[in-house]
Amino acid sequence: MTTFNFIVTVWLGILMLAAAVFAVVTKKVLSAIIAAGVVSLLASVIYLLLASPDVAMTEAAIGSGLTTVVFLYAYRRMKSDKEDRK
Amino acid sequence: MITRILAFLAVIGLAFMLLPLIHEVLPMQELSPVAGNYVVKGPDELGAQNIVTSVVVTYRGLDTLGEVTVLFIATAGVGFLLGRKKEKKNKRKSSEILQTGASFLIALIFLYGIYVFVHGHLTPGGGFQGGVVIATGILLIMLSEVNMKFNHKLLHLVESVSGVGYVVLGILGLLLASTAAGLGDGFLNNRFLSMGTYGQLFSAGAIPLIYSLVGLKVGSELTGILDNMQE
Repeated sequence: MTTFNFIVTVWLGILMLAAAVFAVVTKKVLSAIIAAGVVSLLASVIYLLLASPDVAMTEAAIGSGLTTVVFLYAYRRMKSDKEDRK
Repeated sequence: MITRILAFLAVIGLAFMLLPLIHEVLPMQELSPVAGNYVVKGPDELGAQNIVTSVVVTYRGLDTLGEVTVLFIATAGVGFLLGRKKEKKNKRKSSEILQTGASFLIALIFLYGIYVFVHGHLTPGGGFQGGVVIATGILLIMLSEVNMKFNHKLLHLVESVSGVGYVVLGILGLLLASTAAGLGDGFLNNRFLSMGTYGQLFSAGAIPLIYSLVGLKVGSELTGILDNMQE
């Protein structure tokens, strides 16, 4: 692994940690969902740098694409349930 | 407050459990014997340029069948829990920008998804990734054409036919490959079809077929999940 790759990987890892902590701490559900998607996206870039493009594609497509959308749908259901109860 | 402290303690315990792994992230100097065997013999035995694919589809084919089954059960569960209580709500139409962009992008996304799973034995990617890309394309259609109806029969037909076809190909490998190659038989052995030229699109025996079926199955299943999640 070259020094440049190493620095980029560590930097992305720090960003990942920051996004993950933000997803836990934040009060807004929408922000938490987006932050969780960002964690997956950064993870997929790290996989690419660590020379495993197959895993990177899976992580980018499922982790940051589809899972985020499923969470968003669930969030919308949650919201409309609340409105029904009011 | 108590719950916070407990959660904090749980996280610290997890960190201690994972601490020994730090010594193992050092880059490996050589492959483990099994991995080395796959890397050295894979191209000769299976003819797939992408070694990950030859491991996923053939050497560890039974595990892949398990994964496909897990995905199927997940889809069935989502359909069972969330499906079919759609009251007609007048949904807001999607914006002009989204509609125009979607009509341009959908063809490209489908093309890319099909490329990913057809070329699974040559380039990174394969059935699962390609199927998910196709599902995201269908998601874009759902978002841009809000009141579109799905042909559920077609969706279920694609899913069932590709699932059955996948198992049939696996059993064909079990029955036919042993006599064709003399390399020992096995479920999902890909050698019962012509091996072609190494590195060409039509090579690696049944792997492109198997991965195309897996791609169609994953794509239709994830489309089903998205359709059920949608209100």
